[in-house]
Amino acid sequence: MLVRAETVQGKNRVDELDALVTRAEQEIAAATGLAALEQLRVAYLGKKGVLTAQMKRLGSLPPEERPAAGQAINQAKRRVMAALEKRRELLERERLQARLASETVDVTLPGRGQGSGGIHPVTRTLRRIERLFAGIGFEVAEGPEIEDDYHNFEALNIPESHPARAMHDTFYFPDGRVLRTHTSPVQIRVMEQRRPPLRIIAPGRVYRCDSDLTHTPMFHQVEGFMVDERVSFAELKGVLDDFLRNFFEQDLKVRFRPSYFPFTEPSAEADIQCVMCAGEGCRVCSHTGWLEVLGCGMIHPNVFASAGVDSERFTGFAFGMGVERLAMLRYGVSDLRLFFENDLRFLRQFN
Amino acid sequence: MKFSEQWLREWVDPDIDRERLCEQLTMAGLEVDAVEPVAPSFSGVVVGEIVSAERHPDADKLQICRVDVAQPEPLSIVCGAANARAGIKVPVALVGAVLPGDFKIKEARLRGVLSAGMLCSARELGLAEEADGLLELPDDAEPGRDLRDYLRLDDVTIELGLTPNRGDCLSVMGVAREVAAINDLPLRIPPTEPVAATDDTGLPVRIVAGEACPRYVGRVIRNIDPAARTPVWMEERLRRSGVRPLGAVVDVTNYVMLELGQPMHAFDLDKLNGEIQVRRARAGEALRLLDGQQVALREGSLVIADEEAPVALAGIMGGAGSAVGEETRNIFLESAFFTPEAMAGQARSYGLHTDSSHRFERGVDPALQERAIERATTLLLAIAGGDPGPVTEVSLSRYLPRAPHVPLREARISRLLGSEFSAGEVTGILSKLGMTIEPDEKGWKVVPPSYRFDIAIEADLIEELARIRGYDRLPGIRPEGRLAMQPCPESRLPLEALRRLLTARGYQEVITYSFVDPALEKLLNPEQEPLALANPIASDMAVMRTTLWSGLLPVVAYNLNRQHARVRVFETGLRFVPSAEGVRQEKVLAGAICGLAEPEQWAETAREVDFFDLKGDVEALLAPLPLHFRRAEHPALHPGQSARIHLREEPVGWLGLLHPSIEQRLELSRPVMLFELRLNGVLERPVPRFREFSRYPAIRRDLAIIVDEAVEAEAVLSCIRESAGELLQDICLFDVYQGKGIDPGRKSLALGLTLQHYSRTLEDREVDDLIHRVVDAIEQRLGGTLRD
Repeated sequence: MLVRAETVQGKNRVDELDALVTRAEQEIAAATGLAALEQLRVAYLGKKGVLTAQMKRLGSLPPEERPAAGQAINQAKRRVMAALEKRRELLERERLQARLASETVDVTLPGRGQGSGGIHPVTRTLRRIERLFAGIGFEVAEGPEIEDDYHNFEALNIPESHPARAMHDTFYFPDGRVLRTHTSPVQIRVMEQRRPPLRIIAPGRVYRCDSDLTHTPMFHQVEGFMVDERVSFAELKGVLDDFLRNFFEQDLKVRFRPSYFPFTEPSAEADIQCVMCAGEGCRVCSHTGWLEVLGCGMIHPNVFASAGVDSERFTGFAFGMGVERLAMLRYGVSDLRLFFENDLRFLRQFN
Repeated sequence: MKFSEQWLREWVDPDIDRERLCEQLTMAGLEVDAVEPVAPSFSGVVVGEIVSAERHPDADKLQICRVDVAQPEPLSIVCGAANARAGIKVPVALVGAVLPGDFKIKEARLRGVLSAGMLCSARELGLAEEADGLLELPDDAEPGRDLRDYLRLDDVTIELGLTPNRGDCLSVMGVAREVAAINDLPLRIPPTEPVAATDDTGLPVRIVAGEACPRYVGRVIRNIDPAARTPVWMEERLRRSGVRPLGAVVDVTNYVMLELGQPMHAFDLDKLNGEIQVRRARAGEALRLLDGQQVALREGSLVIADEEAPVALAGIMGGAGSAVGEETRNIFLESAFFTPEAMAGQARSYGLHTDSSHRFERGVDPALQERAIERATTLLLAIAGGDPGPVTEVSLSRYLPRAPHVPLREARISRLLGSEFSAGEVTGILSKLGMTIEPDEKGWKVVPPSYRFDIAIEADLIEELARIRGYDRLPGIRPEGRLAMQPCPESRLPLEALRRLLTARGYQEVITYSFVDPALEKLLNPEQEPLALANPIASDMAVMRTTLWSGLLPVVAYNLNRQHARVRVFETGLRFVPSAEGVRQEKVLAGAICGLAEPEQWAETAREVDFFDLKGDVEALLAPLPLHFRRAEHPALHPGQSARIHLREEPVGWLGLLHPSIEQRLELSRPVMLFELRLNGVLERPVPRFREFSRYPAIRRDLAIIVDEAVEAEAVLSCIRESAGELLQDICLFDVYQGKGIDPGRKSLALGLTLQHYSRTLEDREVDDLIHRVVDAIEQRLGGTLRD
């Protein structure tokens, strides 16, 4: 009877625990915040919690009942804990979602910050030319813009009385020095200092006393030259042909025709098939289908002599090109003067 | 150089069309600049003969002409031209004709009289700019013949842009020689027979300046018909070559110049006094030129003179006093050789440029003078009659150009051109070009013809080989070379990096002229006299900039005036600073900003740029170099907002606010901040060097220090640095405050000090000690106090 009574007592305890857990589960499910949930945790599982109290009372049970009762209490605790955990996850998820919702921005609003500027189209073109030539081992050299007559003319085989001087429209200073009319003096300055092999390009500002629709008194040139023991006209053609096709990124026709410069012999001018009309003939190419883009030739023995280079041992080619002209053709700029007006509406198109 | 295609083809007529001919010329180095029809298009115009001309009954100035155009009946045409008269042949625009400008000819009634067409002047046909009366055609013109056909108007003017080395191509003969060589054809040279003298009048010629004029050929022709008219064929050729007909004698000399390349001059014999002298001008001599201008001759200028005075500027222009006029009956023809050396720059020095000087400067064939004078005599006698005297020739052979013997080595040809030429090709090309060739051990000895002034060295001959074979038939190859790596100094920052940095900060690069307005220069840099150009192109581009600001400020103004409220620009380039040692050409970087600090945007409060925006940009450009910004005055800058930038101790630039008075002078609509940095030195950046860093915790202590407002932040910072010692890792100045709670004339600086020991955790005690030291130092050195 006693045993039975004990069993009945055990059953009652289980029922009681069940009810307790059920009530806890209901309360947990009803909890609307993490703080309330925490209060429930303390109420059931805390040091003074209901289930903890049950556990403490275990000691007062007869020893034979203790394992079963302990097991039942632990099970009840686990169920409450599971309910708490499930509810916490849900509440936390809800809370995160609410936070995320509250933090939503209009992603179409403009970004904050400085906004960027850009380099001048002439600089952009110069960089492009430099990079292409750097790829085949050309170095960049620079020279002064106020030049002496010797480097600008004499050393380049343009003596005082030469008709070619008339083509140069030179700016003079009272002391007889000049604003360089081309970047070719750099050729002399480099060769005075260094021995071949030389592969150099010299970009920079040049000046001519001329101003109209198609001339500005200042513009940019790139002079280039290559000197070694066996450099021929064939290499000149090869390099410039390569350059022009790569510069324009087109499989252009390039033609070389005889011309005259005092500092080269033979001399040539290079024309490209018109990039505006693909050689069909248009206003830009004066209906010839061709555009003159650079002058070049084999360095004249007198120029080598001025710079102290033995022209029997070394040969070389040189070329010079107008940067604005190339930029105009590359980017479709219609008016040379835009380059020096520095109107932001023009410049920003190259950013 | 302009010429008619028909004229050229008379001398050499390759079996190629016009387009190919022009391409050939261009590819031979005689660049074709333009090809223009010699006449505008018109139709329905025929040759007509005026059979009779009667006064119009109702109009004084009109005549009713009956004109034979080879139709069954003569046409009746009303005409207002003064020279309309019976017996002459003129162009007739028939009813239905279309004249230039799409002008259609219809039957019309003129003051009641029916006119079946129109008689035409040269101007109406687009053959001349102006005309006085009908174009009178030669007697041989047959009525009814189409005028275009009769005048051979289906021709073009070809214009060559000749390079200065090709003076030999400044004539039809010269161009024909080239075309013949290219096409391997013979030249059909019109014969020039010597004309026998029928009069013994001569004029003695004396050459004093032989080095400048080694040959002078002259001839007297008497009793020419002053009324003789230049025939239409010659006028047409002159016109098609861009030369205006001016009268028979001058037309003949011009014609010979165009045909052979020999500039000639005709004097009125009766206006010359005694012998002809070729000499240098003497001090004080003057001459009235053909174009009417009076020139004071420079001593030493080459002149043609008679016994009394100069009568021509040799090779450039004749004098007005001895010019051939409408009355001239007796002339003296000149055909001379003036050396290119003597002629160089002469015309330009008198502000002149003539067909004659253009040719002499580039070189006229010294073997041509006699032929030219015979040719001119022949032509003139045919047009104007007259009695030619004997040819007078004075030649000073020691001064005549000697043809060079130019060596041509076979090996050198392929070395220079990268292409082989056979011996046959070499001698073939050179002999076609009129050169004399002799083989020698290494190749050949070549003597160029007398008209080629541009062949002096081997490379010139090699160019001829390349040119005649065709540059397009020479190979192009990619160079091969030893692959040497280029040095790439890491301590040298490329300018490109600074450009990128500025553009990332919203700056736009600009390029301005290196010559600027002297007035602006003076305003910005009054103590520095800029270098002035001797021949500026405009008064506001007359001096070389001593600062890039003189180019940037106008750019800022330009854009502010075009609705850009925010402008940020920079430029790199040389400034030109005159100094005792000469002009320093210094590479600099300069910038100017104005308007909002950041583009207007929704999430930031709009704020105008200030000194510290610009300073931040400059610091970013130069980091990590040890810089100092020292208060200093610059005439272009606001005295309270300007600083000189020092790298270590050396000044490298300026920054500050444009002086308000200059801002006003330039009519700028807002304040502008400026900087300029010398690039030499500031592109040198240390290559990074690793240092062990502390892995122990750092401690931050914040201090608020009150100092007099005149005490510069830099003084406070360096005081802290010096007193704190090596534990101090970083100072952050995070606030500057003046106002409530701070005495007037004082300011509060809030500083955050980051402290750290290299090998252990810091203890509170040592941190406290350090802070005490710092505060003491500030008190003692700067009179600062700790803010409560």
